[in-house]
Amino acid sequence: MKARVTVSLKPGVLDPQGRAIHHALEGLGFGQVAEVRVGKVIELEVADGTTEDQVADMARKLLANTVIENFRVELA
Amino acid sequence: MKTAVVVFPGSNCDRDLAVALELVTGQKPAMLWHDDPELPDGLDLIALPGGFSHGDYLRSGAIAARSPIMRAVIRAADKGTPVLGICNGFQVLTESGLLPGALMRNAGLDFVCRDVRLEVVTTDTPFTRAYTPGETITVPVAHHDGNFQADAETLDRLEQQGQVAFRYAEDVNGSARNIAGILNAKGNVLGLMPHPERVVEPAHGGTDGRRLFEGLLSVLA
Repeated sequence: MKARVTVSLKPGVLDPQGRAIHHALEGLGFGQVAEVRVGKVIELEVADGTTEDQVADMARKLLANTVIENFRVELA
Repeated sequence: MKTAVVVFPGSNCDRDLAVALELVTGQKPAMLWHDDPELPDGLDLIALPGGFSHGDYLRSGAIAARSPIMRAVIRAADKGTPVLGICNGFQVLTESGLLPGALMRNAGLDFVCRDVRLEVVTTDTPFTRAYTPGETITVPVAHHDGNFQADAETLDRLEQQGQVAFRYAEDVNGSARNIAGILNAKGNVLGLMPHPERVVEPAHGGTDGRRLFEGLLSVLA
């Protein structure tokens, strides 16, 4: 089975990459964008029966830095 | 003074750090590998060098911070052994939880590689005791992820408890309150983005980093 961990910067944490992308989008004429935030998606192939809690534990211990990042776990 | 330099896959300042340590202490440091499960006995200082450990994959320092040797480094730090992390070593220290906060991509998105002026904020530590409070020194930086961030409460605590060791004299990378280097609450762990090991003899173009190592030698030898 698959698990997907989506890691995003916490609200309020400055995201210079998002800002640069926002600037480039504006340069392309996409004036409707108010803000861009960059995160990452980590896909794991895990043993059947793996729980959301176990994947959340992986996220807390390594996949996300909870000082600056939030994460969301999805199992599929 | 018995020192050790930890080498991770992708470290690239380990030799510079070893040369500086030998120059000041007169003894070659032990070179330890990230996979070593234990530290040698009786170390007076553990130093984590700059570089791009594990290719900066996931986050700078994230994978190195979970390596077998770091478990031993954390145990040693908890017992009071001085630990110095420079550049990527600082990133490893924040990722391992030995120091608070996080080092994010530079606010200007550029890799910054130049001499910077630093204010020595705290001199009441084994690392900074050879400097005078408020002194300005010149030390090079070379990093992409040196933008120190923490929540306001943590930043206030660092400032109030004398845990800010070095501050940039100008904005270098967007770091909160221009913080360049911090200590843990006990004062035995220092992480800083600038490279003191690159300015320890006149041929380097400066010697302002040398006193960091001399200060350590004077209390640990």
